[in-house]
Parts: sequence; C-alpha cells; structure tokens
Amino acid sequence: MYKIVSKKDLASNVKMFKVYAPRVAAKAKPGQFIILRLHEKGERIPLTITDWSKEEGTVTIVVLEAGKTTKELASMKEGDYILNFVGPLGKPAEVKYYGTVAFVGGGVGIALIYPEVRAFKEAGNKIITIIGARTKDLLIFEDELSKLSDELYVATDDDSKGHHGFVSDILKKLLEEGKHIDLVIAVGPVIMMKVISDLTRPYGIKTIVSLNPIMVDGTGMCGSCRVTVGGETKFVCVDGPEFDGHLVDFDNLIARNRRYLEEEKIALERFLSHG
Amino acid sequence: MGKPQKIREKKVPMPEQPPKERIKNFNEVALGYTAEMAVEEAKRCLQCKPKEGQKICVDGCPVGVNIPEFIKHIREGDFEGAIRIIKEKNNLPAICGRVCPYERQCEMYCTLGKRFEPVGIGRLERFVADWELARGVKIPEKAPPNGKKVAVVGSGPAGLTAAADLAKLGYEVTIFEALHKPGGVLIYGIPEFRLPKRIVEAEVEYVKKLGVKIECDVVVGKTVTIEDLLKEYDAIFIGTGAGLPNWLGIPGENLNGVYSANEFLTRVNLMKAYLFPEYDTPIRIGERVATIGGGNVAMDCARTALRLGAKESYIVYRRTEKEMPARAEEIERAKEEGVIFKLLTQPIRFIGDEKGWVKQMECVQMKLSEPDETGRRRPVPIPGSGFLMDVDTVVVAIGQSPNPLIPKTTPNLKTGRKGEILVDEKQRTSIEKIFAGGDITTGNATVIAAMGAGKRAAQAIHEYLSGKS
Ligand SMILES: Cc1cc2nc3c(=O)[nH]c(=O)nc-3n(C[C@H](O)[C@H](O)[C@H](O)COP(=O)(O)OP(=O)(O)OC[C@H]3O[C@@H](n4cnc5c(N)ncnc54)[C@H](O)[C@@H]3O)c2cc1C
Ligand code: FES
Repeated sequence: MYKIVSKKDLASNVKMFKVYAPRVAAKAKPGQFIILRLHEKGERIPLTITDWSKEEGTVTIVVLEAGKTTKELASMKEGDYILNFVGPLGKPAEVKYYGTVAFVGGGVGIALIYPEVRAFKEAGNKIITIIGARTKDLLIFEDELSKLSDELYVATDDDSKGHHGFVSDILKKLLEEGKHIDLVIAVGPVIMMKVISDLTRPYGIKTIVSLNPIMVDGTGMCGSCRVTVGGETKFVCVDGPEFDGHLVDFDNLIARNRRYLEEEKIALERFLSHG
Repeated sequence: MGKPQKIREKKVPMPEQPPKERIKNFNEVALGYTAEMAVEEAKRCLQCKPKEGQKICVDGCPVGVNIPEFIKHIREGDFEGAIRIIKEKNNLPAICGRVCPYERQCEMYCTLGKRFEPVGIGRLERFVADWELARGVKIPEKAPPNGKKVAVVGSGPAGLTAAADLAKLGYEVTIFEALHKPGGVLIYGIPEFRLPKRIVEAEVEYVKKLGVKIECDVVVGKTVTIEDLLKEYDAIFIGTGAGLPNWLGIPGENLNGVYSANEFLTRVNLMKAYLFPEYDTPIRIGERVATIGGGNVAMDCARTALRLGAKESYIVYRRTEKEMPARAEEIERAKEEGVIFKLLTQPIRFIGDEKGWVKQMECVQMKLSEPDETGRRRPVPIPGSGFLMDVDTVVVAIGQSPNPLIPKTTPNLKTGRKGEILVDEKQRTSIEKIFAGGDITTGNATVIAAMGAGKRAAQAIHEYLSGKS
C-alpha cells in the first residue's frame, strides 16, 4: 500500500500526486515510469515519473483524466492508499552534453519533460522548450520550465496564449530560421511525436520520443507494449520508453493503442454511472 | 503383504465437469476424489519393495516423495499421516497433485502400470493435500532462528520451495516479487480451470506461516539490485523463471489481435479479464482463435479461448500429436472440449485488415523428415502447400526464454546460450553467495523440476552458511 502524501490540481482535468514509495524514489531517474494498480479489481497502468525525492521517499506523478483508471485515481485524496506502485521501470534517459537541446511537450507530456529538462540543463545543455496544449489552463509546469529554459515557446489550440496552433509549427519555424539544434526530445500524444519526428528527419537532427503503449506487467514478460522500431520488435517497458523517433513505426503504435477502445468506453461509462 | 486380491485394471475415474458445461465457466475441470474413491485407488498400490537396480515410483519423483508410504496411509484411512509424509519433501502438494506430468514421472515407473493403468499417484496426492487444506494446514516444527538472512527473488514454485525449506531450517527469509501477487506462473499462467487460484493462495499462505516474508512490487534489477541485496543478506536465491515470450519472427506479428501466450494468460488469470468489466483489465477475443504451439501453455490458451466465447479454437502445431510436449491428459481434455487440431502446419505470415487487426494467417503444410543424427524428426515445409486460414485472434505459444532482467543488471553473473543463468549441481552461480534454480536456469520446464531445484538450493545454501561447504 502506497500513501498519497499530497495532491494538487494542476488544471481542471490534470492532477499531481506525491506518493510515498521510498524504494522507487531511491532509484528513480529521468525518463523512467511506474506501474500502479489502484485496488484489487484494478488494471495496471504506466505513468511517467515527473519528480522524486530520495529524502522524503516520495515519487511525483501527473495524471491526465482520460479513461476509467485515471479518473478514478484523480478522485482519490491526500491520505488515501494506492494498492500497488512499482518501479522505476524502463531505461533512464541518456543524459549528457549535446549542445542545444529542444524539448517539445504536448498536453500532459509537458509535465513529463520537466525532469529531463532539469537533468539536461544540469548537464550543461542550452535548453529550448516548446510546450503546447488545448488551452492556456492546461499549460502545466510553465513556470518551472521557464526557469530552466534558455528559450520557452508556448502554443495553444484555442489562441488563449502564445502561438495559435501546434508545437510543431513553432519547431518548424525555428528550424526554417536556421536555429542550431543538436537534439530534440518530444513527449506527448503519439500523433504529435510522429509529426515532430517527420519534421526533424530532413534536417538529420536526432529526435527522441517517449512512447506510451498499453502495458500489463511492465517487466518485459507479456509483450502487450511491443512496437516496431527500425523494423524490429521492441518491448517499450524494458527497451524503452524512449526511442529514436526516426525509427519508430508510429502507425503501428497508433493502431495498437486502439486495441481496447470499446472496452475502455464500457469501463468508463460503468465507472461514471456507479462509481 | 497378503495375497494380491483382484486388482482394478483402471484408475478409479476422476469426477469431472462434463465438457459441454465446463467450456462455459472457469471452474476447475477435475473435481477431485472423495475419501472412498481415494481409499479404493490406494488399494491398487502393490507396495513394491524394490530389488537392487529396480526403479519404482519414488525414483520418478524429482523431489523424492515416499510414495508407497503415503499411499499406505491413505489405504488405512490415515489421511493426516499421508500428508505428513508428502510434506516432508513437497511443500506445495495441492499444486503438484494438479499439474505434475505424472505420466512421465512417478506413474511411469509404477509396477502396476506395466500391466494395467498405473496407480493414480497424482490424484491421491491432490486428495490428501485438499483434505488438509479443508481442515486447516498444520505448521511443522521449525529450527530455532539462526540469525542469518536469505533473499529469494521470484515467488514461483522454485522461490517458494527454497524459501519454505530455508525457513524450516531457521533462516530469516524474504521473497521479492515483481508482480502484485505471489505464485509466478501458478498465478499468472496456469488457468483457474486447471489450478484454482485459491489453491495457490493457500499454498502461499502456508509458506508465509513458516515465517517467510513476501514483498511484492519489487522488480529486482530495477527497484533494488542484486548488489543492494548482497549488502543486506547472507545469501540470495534467484528463481525468476522463464518469462520472456518467444515469437515466430514472421511478418504481421505486431498486428492487433496477436497475443503472446503470456499476455493472453496474464490478462485472463492474473488480471481476471474474464470478469471484465467487474475487473478493469479487458481481453479481446474473436470468433476464430488460433493458438500456435503444442505444449501445456498452448493447450491452456486454446481452452481459455473457448471459455471466453470463441466459436472455433484451433491448435496449430508444426509436428504431429505424438511430438506434442503437452501432457496427454491436457490434450485429451482440449479435444473433448472441441479444440480443433491443425497438425503439421506452420504459419509464415499474418495478414491484417485496414485497421491493423489480424484477419488471416498464411500457413504451409509440413512433413516430418527422416530422423537426424539426434534421432529427431524435423518438420520440413512441403513446397507449394501454402494456404490461408481466416482468424481474428492469434495466440503465440511457442515457449518462453529465461527472464533477462537480472543477468543484464548483475555484472559477472554467467549465463548460457539462451540466457539461462549457469549453475552447478548445487545450484551455485558464478557469484559467491548467489544461487539460482527453476526455469531461469533450465528454460521453460515443470513446476516440480523448479521445486526440486529450490530444494537443492536451500540445502546448498544451508551447507554454505553453516560452514559445511
Ligand atoms: C501456461 C503455463 C502452463 C504450464 N503448465 C504446466 C503444467 O501443467 N505442469 C508443469 O509441471 N509445469 C507447467 N508449466 C511450467 C511451470 O509453470 C514452470 O516450469 C514453473 O512455474 C517454473 O517455476 P519458477 O519458480 O522457476 O518460475 P516462475 O513460476 O516463472 O516464477 C518466477 C517469478 O519470478 C518473478 N520475477 C521475474 N523477474 C523478477 C525480478 N527481476 N524481480 C522480482 N521478481 C521477478 C516473476 O514475476 C514470477 O512470479 C506451465 C507454464 C505455463 C506458462
Ligand atoms: S508491458 Fe508486458 S512486456 Fe511490456
């Protein structure tokens, strides 16, 4: 049982939880994730580690309410317990000096790039951060990121702040203007990561994406999380979650993520109607 | 022994759920003997006193249970005595009494079996184990605590057995398990209808009552490393199993609707997807399900598919039924339930629809070659025999490889060609203080073999820590 030490509303449908899990906190590194299960009948879902404190023994996760489990988690309170919380899973990001690193975060992906931005900054990189969301309330972690970034760009779909449009528009413009970038790290919806990877390919800029397939165990035992990367089958939970965006078969990932759409709907409706 | 009376030629039949009924539920298929049936079956035992060099049932048991002796107690109606004898050697008899391949072990050497059906040793073991579980399990006497600590990694049969034996010897034992529930394959792999989870839970409870601590949600190699554990424990036993699914490596394997056996079974057994939406984890099952493979795992998948509502469930295997590694009893049950066997058939490609779901499987017909130097007849494709098979779900059940996580994160831990951890006859690895056993050292094998390895390791750890070796 893992206690929720604190909970914060980042936006109407985005919650941040600090969970007491000292073993996970002791080993966590940027780019890794945890798997949790809320209760006896719950499913196992992966969530990226946004922050951690070895001293407090806590791990921070940010949850966008989407399906049944994330909504149920969002309804939990400080002092409640999560039944299972295992990690840190996956390979950590390869943090080192590249020169100029551009981070692209879309939606809840903004929270997920935060620990990596911090680590890459500490490694001496120049940081360009581009974040985007549907509307300005969803631009979570903007203050934290702006402190760490040498340049910060913002985009919203509804024109409530910054550029009216997509994060990819901003990156495109920077590239066209001849901005020197050594590495791009993109985290967000699959389609965003696909667009960003397509965008950087002609420039030959290495692009890392963080994939979010459907998982079960998270330890490399089932293959639910498999994706095709460079023509080979990879298990995201152990070989990833970060891969070279230029090699990922995004269409395969998009299709695989739609495997349980119908069941997800049934579960959500059932949850909303009787909790 | 008195004059042999007339002996039943066949085993006392096992009460079972009828096939038509059982494919509609996940309840156990074999219902178990009553006390009368058990006593009657026990009377078939000849109580052999083997001559020099003669092999009997005991010689086929990987953990050396004194079989004639426990059967004698059953015959006398002393079930308590019978279970005590079994538990001297076997910590998990209710499990072994259900899933052991008896026909290749104890029952293969049964003297009666030379003329008639062998004694139903597995069924008798199951009977007394269940008899004890129903009454509440007795905790055997333990050696006083010796102040030494052992870490066990993985809670499958190998880990549970090593832990139980070490606890009895006075060690302070902690098991670390990656999943949220202990039991290994017994919990996530073998289906409810063959091995009810309450039985596994009860056996795990017994191990806990011996004083073993079980910590779930700990992925060794990630959450803690072997190096971390070495600082805190006097010895380590690694029993992490063969959890890595093998793939066919053919086009279309990542299409939707193609599962590894591990994913398919884990969703159903560990996550209880057959109870969706009461349980959150879903499983998708089509009308025509093809399971590739011929082992116990494949039989379990094909039979599970029927219970999930598949209209047609196929076993697709590249050799013939004779070469199938599955237990004879499981093949028989699969057939009774209506699983269709497509033998000498090898898939070479999966074909998807426009949304990325599998819809067809291209196969070739195989034939068995002349025996090669190892005596094995290899399946070879018949040229021009390709054909298409309509399927909407495929389960790939062609075996598992040793779990690579610990070898990858433990420098100097030597592994073999298939990634198995290398051990000597005492289950010692290449690193001092570290022992290993079960599927992680052998590749996919059996529950009882894993238990045997756990036992040997416990003994070796005891010798090592008490300075005897
Ligand atoms: C579907 C199926 C049906 C089978 N049917 C039969 C049968 O009828 N009869 C029979 O005798 N055998 C059968 N087998 C084989 C048998 O189950 C195995 O040989 C046996 O379970 C191996 O035991 P083990 O303890 O070595 O490993 P496992 O049972 O695989 O247990 C290993 C445990 O270690 C955990 N683990 C792995 N890595 C880590 C890590 N890094 N940190 C912490 N924990 C970890 C795993 O989560 C797992 O719980 C079957 C296997 C399957 C898959
Ligand atoms: S989630 Fe099961 S192997 Fe990755």
